[in-house]
Amino acid sequence: MDAESIRTLAVVGAIALGTIFPAISIGWIGSTALKAIGRNPEAASKVQTMAILAIAFAEAIAIYALVVSLIVKFVA
Amino acid sequence: MEEISLKAQELFHIGGFYITNAILLTLVACFVLIVFSVVIRSKVKIIPGKLQGAVEMGLESLLGLMESVLGSYEKSVKYLPLVATIFIFILTSNLLGIFPGVGSLTFYNGSEHVPLFRSPASDLNFTLAFAVISVIVTNIIGMAYVGVFKHLGKYINFKNPIAFFIGILEIISEIAKIISLTFRLFGNVFAGEVLLTIIFFLAPYFIPLPFLFLEIFVGLIQAFIFAMITLVSISLHTAEHEH
Repeated sequence: MDAESIRTLAVVGAIALGTIFPAISIGWIGSTALKAIGRNPEAASKVQTMAILAIAFAEAIAIYALVVSLIVKFVA
Repeated sequence: MEEISLKAQELFHIGGFYITNAILLTLVACFVLIVFSVVIRSKVKIIPGKLQGAVEMGLESLLGLMESVLGSYEKSVKYLPLVATIFIFILTSNLLGIFPGVGSLTFYNGSEHVPLFRSPASDLNFTLAFAVISVIVTNIIGMAYVGVFKHLGKYINFKNPIAFFIGILEIISEIAKIISLTFRLFGNVFAGEVLLTIIFFLAPYFIPLPFLFLEIFVGLIQAFIFAMITLVSISLHTAEHEH
């Protein structure tokens, strides 16, 4: 196993493992937001703002994994 | 296949300072925003026309959102410039980054052909500067609102050991906020650039359309998120304690 193939494996592994939990958490946030809106349609815009904020936070973790894999691929 | 580079490529240099293609597009975005605001300012009428009406509507909805987070109208008018600048500037630079010609017009900089323009937020320096400005200015706003010593007392607190550790955690949380703001915007925009480069290389006709829509959407959301995080952090730092 030479360095180049280990690097490729590292790049793919970083992004593959790093997006599992953010995906689960974004789905969870979305489903809870839908339940909240269904229960109380008047608060829809507040719930929507909060949900978009929370989804962006969760997605940032996946972006960290992406940045690590990009750094491994292009810099180190 | 075009080279995908993590760093923004240098075009020319003035003295010891290198002008990169991301800096060039940042200057173009500044120019566009300044010209737009000067034109709007010169044509302000009591009964607004369509463009002035659209700008007023946007500003009013942003003020309404800020008021719902901050709680008072005076605070939201006072802190509107920071939040609105962050939102409008990041939005303009993200939208200009997918403009036709960005990434495809090349320039020979003495050793290789590099793109003449590059999305500003795909350069780590741009996002890092915004994150540092956001965190430092929200702390200064907190100091101006509740007083210097009371604000610093959140971070350095010698009353009991638990409060001391919570203060240390607050300092670490501010630094983590800088890092997370930087990498959220950088990662989203740079990944979008890489995706568009690859898609345009593989299938240049019609197939890139959904990816371009995704990029417009992502650019809008990331600008909104950056401004919202700044806003929430202002509201946390200027929170009056209940008695």
